[in-house]
Amino acid sequence: MTEEIIIAGFGGQGVLSMGKILAYSGIMQDQEVAWMPSYGPEMRGGTANVTVILSDNRISSPVLQEFDTVIILNQQSMDKFEKSVKPGGVLIYDPNGITRHPQRKDIKIYKVEAAEEATRMQSAKTFNMIVLGAFLKVKPIVKMENVIRGLEKSLPERHHHLIPLNKQAIDRGMEIVKEA
Amino acid sequence: MAEYKLMKGNEVIAEAAIRCGCDAYFGYPITPQSEILETLTLRQPWLETGMVVLQAESEVAAINMVYGGAACGKKVMTSSSSPGISLKQEGITYLAGAELPCLVVNVVRGGPGLGTIQPAQSDYFQAVKGGGHGDYKLIVLAPASVQEMNDFVDLGFELSFKYRNPAMILSDGVIGQMMEKVKLSPVKPRWTDEEVIKLNGSWATTGKTADRPRNVATSLELDSARQEQFNHKLQAKYKEIQEKEVRFEKIACDDAEYLFVAYGSSSRICQKAIDLAREKGIKVGLLRPITLFPYPTKAIQEMAEKVKGILTVEMSAGQMVEDVRLAVNGKVKVEHFGRFGGMIPSPNEVVKALEDLIIKG
Repeated sequence: MTEEIIIAGFGGQGVLSMGKILAYSGIMQDQEVAWMPSYGPEMRGGTANVTVILSDNRISSPVLQEFDTVIILNQQSMDKFEKSVKPGGVLIYDPNGITRHPQRKDIKIYKVEAAEEATRMQSAKTFNMIVLGAFLKVKPIVKMENVIRGLEKSLPERHHHLIPLNKQAIDRGMEIVKEA
Repeated sequence: MAEYKLMKGNEVIAEAAIRCGCDAYFGYPITPQSEILETLTLRQPWLETGMVVLQAESEVAAINMVYGGAACGKKVMTSSSSPGISLKQEGITYLAGAELPCLVVNVVRGGPGLGTIQPAQSDYFQAVKGGGHGDYKLIVLAPASVQEMNDFVDLGFELSFKYRNPAMILSDGVIGQMMEKVKLSPVKPRWTDEEVIKLNGSWATTGKTADRPRNVATSLELDSARQEQFNHKLQAKYKEIQEKEVRFEKIACDDAEYLFVAYGSSSRICQKAIDLAREKGIKVGLLRPITLFPYPTKAIQEMAEKVKGILTVEMSAGQMVEDVRLAVNGKVKVEHFGRFGGMIPSPNEVVKALEDLIIKG
């Protein structure tokens, strides 16, 4: 099994940390992982993206043009990455702030209203975990217990009391994701 | 079993330095390698092992602090990215001229000049052909994974002390910024003063006793005949390194009709390109130089006997391709494909280049 994913949105949406949790979850189930961020000025307020690869085998290129799953969290990323989904692959997006919805017919498209749900949960910071939940519902490539262990690994100890809230957000994401 | 961690290549360099018993790090921040100094500062190894971590006032100061520490027989290192490494070149040639061991890490970004902060491999010439003045060589290691960022810190120090020669880790923004799972090396204590004197006392300035002559760490020799003799000694050393220390990896070469030659992050891209090409029925393999000096010239010569054509893939306008052509010496066609200035070639582009430049061309 190899899953090649890109998560793209604004800096500050938790794109990089979502990728890190996913990568740690992969390590927890003995997989090879790679996490390759965009870095530099674009991270300081502009668009941010991260490529995450989980595989049972040695990972080749951490830099890719096409992905099994593309997760899109703003319009700029939609413009840039809709075309990067492999034919037959998956696109997951949050329609909040999207002015041009995805057009492709040769891929599976899912919507998750994560920003709205995070507001409803009165915790804007759970946004990325809602998105992660949506992804895991569509692509159950890591077991929930390993995601929790991944959370434990990637969050500093002083934030461990937030793990139940994160788990709740992941569950919400799994519930609200739907085919577009 | 040691636990796997998820870490950035740059963070791993810092952690590996502490764990291999490094005595001092002198550096100055520059993207995309600032996490090395940041991680060292956060880790505060001076409390744990006594390792010195110092942000110098400039790159030039940092490399000269390395000279000082190395002259004392200590394990010292510095790191920077391309423009900063250019600033260090005077110090590097002095270190080579004084036969001082040290580790220099270059996390390469696009040039020339200040260039861009995105990844590149356009410092190959600088790393393996000089960079500074005079007939000298660095031992150059090219990691292609975060695990190798860990492994090559210890290896770099080991080789640099074995041959009393500066070693360089030539990485780039991809390997430096990427996180992968890594098994960190076991902790080795720093050398005690007694160990430094025992291991390095024949040349280091440390530990002069009443009956030992003074050791002087210098690259100055005004008598030309003696300087020529010294150069002969250096050349003999480089020849020995070339004979004993070549490292490379071959992937999918057994049945290969075509060959990629690529190092570092380009070699990772080529591994994906191999999968894509083989799906199309193109039998291509990869030879990945791990040491750039000494270069795996013989291994490339041997492959040239077996394949129909060779494509080098570099994030440069074509630098290592010259060494591949020298190795192949006209036996088969050698072409170069590269993206540069901070752009990264995609696996699909690499396959297309193989088809256009080598198979059809």
